[in-house]
Amino acid sequence: MENRVNVLFTKKIQIVNFGIKSFYDDNKKQGIPSVHVDWKPVAGGNKELASILDDLL
Amino acid sequence: MAITKDEINQANAEVLKIILSAKPTLIGMGTAGEDIPGMTPTTILHSGPPVDWEHMSGPQKGAVIGALMYEGLAKDDKEAEQLAASGKITFDPCHHHCAVGPMAGIVSYHMPVFIVENKEYGNKAYCTFNEGLGKVLRFGAYQPEVIERLKWLQDELYPIVKEALAICGEIDLKAMISEVLQMGDDGHNRNKAGTSLLFRKLAPAIVQTHFTEEQKVKALKFIDSNDHFFLNLTMPAAKCTMDATFCDVNPKTKGSTIVATMARNGYEFGIRIAGLGQKKWFTAPAEIVEGLYFPGFTAEDANPDVGDSCITETCGIGGFCMGAAPAIVQFVGGTPEDALNYSRQMYEITEGEGTTYKIPALNFRGSATGIDIRKVIKTQIRPVINTGVAAKKPGVGQVGAGIVHPPMKCFEDALKDFQATYMS
Repeated sequence: MENRVNVLFTKKIQIVNFGIKSFYDDNKKQGIPSVHVDWKPVAGGNKELASILDDLL
Repeated sequence: MAITKDEINQANAEVLKIILSAKPTLIGMGTAGEDIPGMTPTTILHSGPPVDWEHMSGPQKGAVIGALMYEGLAKDDKEAEQLAASGKITFDPCHHHCAVGPMAGIVSYHMPVFIVENKEYGNKAYCTFNEGLGKVLRFGAYQPEVIERLKWLQDELYPIVKEALAICGEIDLKAMISEVLQMGDDGHNRNKAGTSLLFRKLAPAIVQTHFTEEQKVKALKFIDSNDHFFLNLTMPAAKCTMDATFCDVNPKTKGSTIVATMARNGYEFGIRIAGLGQKKWFTAPAEIVEGLYFPGFTAEDANPDVGDSCITETCGIGGFCMGAAPAIVQFVGGTPEDALNYSRQMYEITEGEGTTYKIPALNFRGSATGIDIRKVIKTQIRPVINTGVAAKKPGVGQVGAGIVHPPMKCFEDALKDFQATYMS
């Protein structure tokens, strides 16, 4: 069976980048069409604080 | 019984209502000793959360030394240092006495103060005169010319401005701040328009006072030459606005997660929360300001973040209105687009929008108002503050200006305390 990832890389790539902006910056430098979404996990991934927010927000 | 999300939202809506309906008004001038609650001849108020002499930053120590010499409690800096360390001086935050002070924020007994009243809720706030730039007490300078200027402020400028205010009457600061946001000010680090509008109001009254021509000219020139003169009015305007939101002042705000105070003493940054009352500070080490340094200075020379002036951001102006003050980026760094983005980003962490303080470049959108600790923690977006940078060595003065944020730990600790207070 053909590997679908390999098929993907034979096509023109357009990227939506979530989170770490340096990945987006690198793509832009290489001329790859990219959109950056400024996203962070709730409470920066801190489970204790995220759990408190579940009760309060 | 544990508080519900609806009850928190209701309390926050009440806080926003209190902020938006506040009517900060300059009603006159007095002195710290006669007007500020709880002052004694040996009390020294300082900016930020509580701090003892040992932990005070360089600029704050320098300003304490200067204030003790100004008060005649010490004859020189050595004697002042000994007195400050002796335990005979009561150090307390301005914020515990309805007052605010820029940078070191030192207020002593004989200093003249503006009296600003929140006409909607009846509470007052106090702030000293702004001394100008260069070698000034608020940056920790205490050379003879600094003390001499403080004496002139007390003996000459104070009676002139006091009499002028009696002639021109009360000044609606809310209306004036609203206007200056349409004129390129942000109310924190750009106050050219505010100082100009105040000058227009005061000048005709100053010339009608009974003082000599020479005294009146000197007073007018002093106000005119200091672009930050109005800062010491935006600060108490914001202070008396936010003080009315505390749940120990107004029980309707019990359960609110809105920030009522942000302040720094050069050692620690502290915040207080409307729904947790005035006695609880949540503190963490103050950060170094990122920005532009004056020629000959670098971040190495900078003291960590200091001053009560971020009460402006707490109230929805200052850094939250940077989009209204594009020219400010020449002072604090970045581009006009950065300034707009700072203003836009603050809507992510606030309860609502201003109805009087508006940003022209955002289609006159009301400024982001009412910082919600829940949203700060959820988004990890910290409030933006634009600020001056003091040298860590006392007496050097301002070495730059830039952007800074409160440490996230302040908000984390506040959220945990809120849970412990209201959910158990």
